[in-house]
Amino acid sequence: MSDITRTREALVARILGNDARASRQQRNAAFDNAGLEGPLVTLVDKVVRRANTVTDQDVSAARAAGLSEDQIFEVVVCAAVGEAVRQHERALAALDAAERKA
Amino acid sequence: MRLAILDKGHGIGAKVLFAAIRLFSGQRVVDAVKLVAYRPEFYGNPMKRLTHEAMRGPSDWSVGDRELMAAYISKVNGTEFCIRAHSAVARKAYQDDERVSATLADLDTAPIGEPLRATLRMLGKLARDRVVDADDVRGVLAAGASRRQIEDALAVSLAFNVTDRLADAFQFAVPGPKAFESGAKFLLARGYR
Repeated sequence: MSDITRTREALVARILGNDARASRQQRNAAFDNAGLEGPLVTLVDKVVRRANTVTDQDVSAARAAGLSEDQIFEVVVCAAVGEAVRQHERALAALDAAERKA
Repeated sequence: MRLAILDKGHGIGAKVLFAAIRLFSGQRVVDAVKLVAYRPEFYGNPMKRLTHEAMRGPSDWSVGDRELMAAYISKVNGTEFCIRAHSAVARKAYQDDERVSATLADLDTAPIGEPLRATLRMLGKLARDRVVDADDVRGVLAAGASRRQIEDALAVSLAFNVTDRLADAFQFAVPGPKAFESGAKFLLARGYR
């Protein structure tokens, strides 16, 4: 396993593991951008697809739905890492495919 | 910063660090530092290890090349703070302002080598479309980049596809050029650990 894969897995294990304020289910759903409910659907989807379109209102809506700032912090981190990991995996798969067909 | 905890909610250790930064750099603490210092056991510490490995670990790409990749990915993601921060580090690492400005202005005509140009093109497509295919990667191999170089470039994109998203979602303030100059000096001397 390369050093970057090891550090990637350590990061993912930490943010989805124990000792956090948002529920494990909520953090996993944000990581996968699937299975969320309420205002987090919009916030997480924007973080995944185009994070510079996130607005103050998206964050206020999450607060109004009862999430603490710590929970919002964790959910947004999980969404960002989840998308970056998916891009990384897709690109590494494309590299393998390119070499097979080369 | 959109969350008050990321601006002012740090523990005493981080607050002492921030005071030292203000004292020695003469600059306010930038939001990127505040983010990784907040509950660092949750995100900051594992993310700093990953970023340092990608940006300063062993690689056939130079530090300047990898900082330029970070700036370029950030440009595609539209993340102003990270474009400025990492183009400042790339300029300092290369000791060449023109190469960095030209690459960010027009990749096709920039005065850089073909392996780096093709790699940046692939990283840009990945950030924009969230996917690349075998043909995209084959173009990079054909331009002369090795498998290992492509893996190392994808490590940079892993780090900055996280950091850019958080900078935008949490709305990092964009300070003036002196703060980026001071940050670039630090990141070149010490890396991301």
